[in-house]
Amino acid sequence: MIDQKVADASSSSGGQPPQRGRRIQDAVIRLAGNSQDGIQAIGGFLARLAGRTDKDVMTYMTIPATISGGPSIYQVRLGTGEVLSAGDDVDILVAFYQHSYNDHIHTLRDGGILIYDSDNVKPEENQKRYRSVGVPITGQTVEAIGGTAKDKGKNMFVLGLLARMFDLDVPKLETMLQAYYKSKGDDVIRNVVGAFNAGYGYDIGRLTDTFEFIPSTNKAGRKQVVTDGNQAIAYGALTAGIRFGAGYPITPWSSVMEILRTELPKYGGIFVQAEDELAAIAMACGASYSGHLSLTGTSGPGLSLKTEALGWAVMAEMPIVVIDVQRGGPSTGLPTNVEQSDLNIACFGGHGDSPRIVLAPSSVEDCFYVTLEAAKLAREYSCPVIVLTDQALATRFETWEMPDIAKLAQDLTPDFTARGPNYKPYENTADGIAHHAPPGTVMLDGKYPVVTGLEHDEAGHPASRPSNHVMMTAKRRRKLQVLASRLPKAETYGPPEGNVLLIGWGSSQGPIREAVDRARAAGESVSALNIRYIQPLQPGIGEIMDGFNHIFVVELNDEGLYGFGQLAGVLRARFCNDKIVGINKTDGLPFKIREILNGMNEKLKKSPEPTLAHA
Amino acid sequence: MIAEAKNLDVKEIKLTDRPKYTKKDLVADHPTWCPGCGDFSILSIYFKMMEKLQVPHERITSIAGIGCSSRFPYFVNAYGVHFVHGRAAAFATGVSLMRPELHVFVFGGDGDAFSIGGNHLNHAARKNVKMTYVIMDNFVYGLTKKQTSPTSPVGFKSKTDPTGAIDHPINPMKQLIASGATFIARSHSHLPNHVMEMMEKAMQHDGFSVIECLSECTEFYPGAFDAANPRKGGTFNLVPADHDVTDELAAYKLAMADFPGHFGVFYQVQRPTKNALEAKLIADAKARSENAAPVDLLQKTFARLS
Repeated sequence: MIDQKVADASSSSGGQPPQRGRRIQDAVIRLAGNSQDGIQAIGGFLARLAGRTDKDVMTYMTIPATISGGPSIYQVRLGTGEVLSAGDDVDILVAFYQHSYNDHIHTLRDGGILIYDSDNVKPEENQKRYRSVGVPITGQTVEAIGGTAKDKGKNMFVLGLLARMFDLDVPKLETMLQAYYKSKGDDVIRNVVGAFNAGYGYDIGRLTDTFEFIPSTNKAGRKQVVTDGNQAIAYGALTAGIRFGAGYPITPWSSVMEILRTELPKYGGIFVQAEDELAAIAMACGASYSGHLSLTGTSGPGLSLKTEALGWAVMAEMPIVVIDVQRGGPSTGLPTNVEQSDLNIACFGGHGDSPRIVLAPSSVEDCFYVTLEAAKLAREYSCPVIVLTDQALATRFETWEMPDIAKLAQDLTPDFTARGPNYKPYENTADGIAHHAPPGTVMLDGKYPVVTGLEHDEAGHPASRPSNHVMMTAKRRRKLQVLASRLPKAETYGPPEGNVLLIGWGSSQGPIREAVDRARAAGESVSALNIRYIQPLQPGIGEIMDGFNHIFVVELNDEGLYGFGQLAGVLRARFCNDKIVGINKTDGLPFKIREILNGMNEKLKKSPEPTLAHA
Repeated sequence: MIAEAKNLDVKEIKLTDRPKYTKKDLVADHPTWCPGCGDFSILSIYFKMMEKLQVPHERITSIAGIGCSSRFPYFVNAYGVHFVHGRAAAFATGVSLMRPELHVFVFGGDGDAFSIGGNHLNHAARKNVKMTYVIMDNFVYGLTKKQTSPTSPVGFKSKTDPTGAIDHPINPMKQLIASGATFIARSHSHLPNHVMEMMEKAMQHDGFSVIECLSECTEFYPGAFDAANPRKGGTFNLVPADHDVTDELAAYKLAMADFPGHFGVFYQVQRPTKNALEAKLIADAKARSENAAPVDLLQKTFARLS
């Protein structure tokens, strides 16, 4: 992308003195090494630095499912425009080992730059596709900080190289390094700074360009934060006023529980590491019942285990928030890869008719706001709410605008106002919403309620009369229909009518929007619709679909027995619209823009309607 | 939560303003149990105990899983929860930790406690979450009409073992001692005074208290506990007077005795409850942040992330 976005220094800077490097708007850097090399740390520092210097950033990483060792990559896309995806093609590849080079050189775009550790890597000679820059990373690091920490300082050396190439704000970076390694002692800081300076001072300039980012125009003055998706969820839960959580360790959900276990006590709350997934949701149900909205969370297999108690929460109408960080399935599947294949279990998983709310955040920022909304809806509709995030969102860093905490922070206290006489928690009202009294509340008529998983009457007594089950089943469904009618109308990205509508959900929103931008720039009529409210669906979706010739649902899941993925199946069932077709993939990696565009063109060629002229 | 407990006191009707509870105030739905069921006896002891202790209704939460005995919450006038099979102890953990001022009871049977919910019982016990768990053990699955239970003795003929159970049964007391529970007692529903004594002691215990209470299923396992019922020619062996309840090995030895074994408190020690440990985590964290308000904590956090 560098070449496409290089601005001519003399023309863009007007009367300014000539710029030192080539001016760029964004760059995709891929660091390929082994998981223990600390390449995540480089990525993390670049991301944080970007946030502090008015740049947008998105990272993408793969980690092996094993505990230690194994190839790993960390990709950072830095830019001064809006960064919507981690980038298809790599501008700069840093290869630490021969296998890193072998496995990733194909991702380097034509004309890109390969930086390789010349102590470990022998690249192909006499090729013209990209520029190769050999740097004795291992040797130089040893020289800088001594032979003891041979494998440890290489990441900092590379960070120094990159800081020089991209003219990064070195004083800010150094402050961050000092702060990050403060607890590790002076020796470590000395080595970190030594390796960084060695990299920064290494003379790479003669061999290749340095780059300078075009100053950001749209972010000036507004403070940004840099987090991954799981942090956004954890801090979203705290902001939402959630004071109890329970969970069981499972990748990639665990970091949410780790944060909450550390943070909740400061807020007067408790997080319990439960003995299993079933206990975690049971504890959350118990704490919610006690009057404190609670959260539990998990990934794929754990959600299967939680579905029994989820059924109870639906039946008892108990508000809880359930986070599902989706990964490749079924079973243990691909624990460290992304997939959007839990939509069906989130919406329909469980025994009996058990309507619940399902929301899907589309970015790291949205992870924060969706968690807030999940908590609000759980309380307002006295209903379990599932948040369907995924491994890609969980592990990537993004910059996003500082939230207005003073406005958003909730301080929830149980309502112990005396109830009754004739208190009916499950009164069959027009909106169908139950109203529980937390234990401790005095009942004026002296009759105390039981909350139950048995079908019950309005007062909560077990009642198996046929007419009662009909009424109560309808009541539990009706409250979600009421919610649907109150949701904001669906809106498209791009014009609300045209030739192609790309529908997506969750983490695919960024690449889908970038695909729309690219297609529209090429003169094609393509818009996108992001489904944030998976269940119930927002109003207005059917009308939007009516305005397009083709509807493609872009999802990271299998096309299924009948040719459409999980959201496509829901939309087909809801709208009976046979224009709905899936663009699916199951390689465990986020969508590339190219994959979406290629998928679209392939489907268009297959379809009987006139095809798009796409170069 | 400590702050909320104070809140609660403000809104609560003062105990002195209320008339004394009689049994009439304590009963709720009519029990659905079969005539002669041992669980009736435990229910009436519960009423007798509450009449004596006069704990306000709203301060009691009784939680149950699935089974005949798990219908208990419907029959007592207090806050009640009928949860899923086996996981009442986990649900109760959430209630107990967030509302330490409530008295949390769990009522259930041998299937709930030792089979489908075995894991939850063990972990609530080892964490010493404050609650009183009453296991009404009848050695059979009654609600589903006579299948083998984890406590059914070898040879017991049920619909799932028509020629007699072949699997070695659980020894509830051994299991409970190993779990780390801090109050463990055993009783027999045919001896109401003993049950009441055990229940009161369990309620007074600061920690996870559990009672295995033999409770005869007259429908599907009649006579199961006659050997421990003096009125049926059996012997009711109390825990020896010189038994040291803090001696885990001695408790284990008591648990090794052949059926009908001993009755009474097998084991009781004081260990910090999870409730207290979590409260300490909160107090320490709040002291470190000088009692900062949530909104200030959040703003500080986001400043750090910027």
